[in-house]
Amino acid sequence: MVIDAISNGIVLDHIRAGLSLELYNILGLDSLQCSVALLRNVSSRKMGRKDIIKIDEIIDLNFDVLGYVDPGITVNIVRDGKLDRKFRVELPERVENVIRCKNPRCITSTEQELPHIFKLTDKENRIYRCIYCETRAKGRA
Amino acid sequence: MKSLIDIRDLTTGEIDELLTTALDIIAHPDRYARKCCGKKLATLFFEPSTRTRLSFEAAMYELGGSVLGFSEAQSSSAAKGESVADTVRVVSYFADIIAMRHPKEGAPLVASMRATVPVINAGDGGHNHPTQTLTDLLTIWREKGRFENLTIGLCGDLKFGRTVHSLIAAMSRYAGVKFVLISPDELRLPGYIQTDIMERNGIPYEETTDLAATMPALDVLYMTRVQRERFFNEADYVRLKDSYVLTPAKLETAREDLCIMHPLPRVNEISVAVDDDPRAAYFRQVLNGKYIRMALILKLLEVD
Repeated sequence: MVIDAISNGIVLDHIRAGLSLELYNILGLDSLQCSVALLRNVSSRKMGRKDIIKIDEIIDLNFDVLGYVDPGITVNIVRDGKLDRKFRVELPERVENVIRCKNPRCITSTEQELPHIFKLTDKENRIYRCIYCETRAKGRA
Repeated sequence: MKSLIDIRDLTTGEIDELLTTALDIIAHPDRYARKCCGKKLATLFFEPSTRTRLSFEAAMYELGGSVLGFSEAQSSSAAKGESVADTVRVVSYFADIIAMRHPKEGAPLVASMRATVPVINAGDGGHNHPTQTLTDLLTIWREKGRFENLTIGLCGDLKFGRTVHSLIAAMSRYAGVKFVLISPDELRLPGYIQTDIMERNGIPYEETTDLAATMPALDVLYMTRVQRERFFNEADYVRLKDSYVLTPAKLETAREDLCIMHPLPRVNEISVAVDDDPRAAYFRQVLNGKYIRMALILKLLEVD
């Protein structure tokens, strides 16, 4: 299968196989007018299988969301057909309105306008907790 | 320090400073009688409380200040659907400092983000209750004369008992402290407190359901009430409420210098026959609560 090279855009590489659709939804890529390609189960020497997302435009991406969903993702920013910047996302210290607190005793359960904010409390085990009630977010394997 | 939401907001030095001030207030109450003249404390209690609210109010009055507020959500604009954020923004215009109790966890944190005056968390659901912890620390200090090398038994509802969670966080800072966690299986301490606080700091602890077996080893026994208001299911509450009842007979194997504490109110987890035992410190603990709240109000209002 051939996907055209992009001249100005973003390539999200090394996405853990199976996560691209979730990322597509969380990042709101469905609202873009430009071409977006999702490649699933691509062969990878390093990972065995991986997903890739190609966005045919340079847009503002929430790298915290990327880091939370999969800190192994590599971001490639392409300008005029050349690789302008390449970096790996990091596990964010806090994420806002990405995870929802499920604790019925949390203030966010009754005050709907409050942002759902989670902070990283254990980097090694990737544990995030609600800043209001300290309930642990459901972890990612 | 602008607000006090979680006992972990305070450094060990700041806790020491508050304890020192409280001890000075106890020794020289007259020196503090007019420190807060012209200042107002707002007590915003969205959940019923007798002890904590009256303690805050007595503390402010003894500093020469005045008090306004409400004692239940039904008599506040929350009954009309007003948010915590809006309530404290309004109250910030009327008071110099706020003490808030709320049934929802994290409500005082939201308040501190929006208020323009200091906010004190006076208890948020089953989550935190930092001024009770300061009360407990002052009591341990006055009863035991030290924080180091103590074996502390925590007994009863360790799952929803916010006072227990905060006390563990505070006491974990001191060397040689060991915890014995005594509870029915259904009311065990939340896992995150074990992992994030005790295990991370290398604090030794053991979990047991047997109060009698651990009694001889304890320097401090902290009893808690099984709280009806934390249960969604009445049947669970009824089944667990009498899991532990402290009686003079059960204290026969306890140390002579054991310190028995309870955040109160008690229901029947401590027999009234224990009240006359000199080791029963829970009513002295109440008085300590007023003194430490006086010290905290002074610190947050930056009154010398």
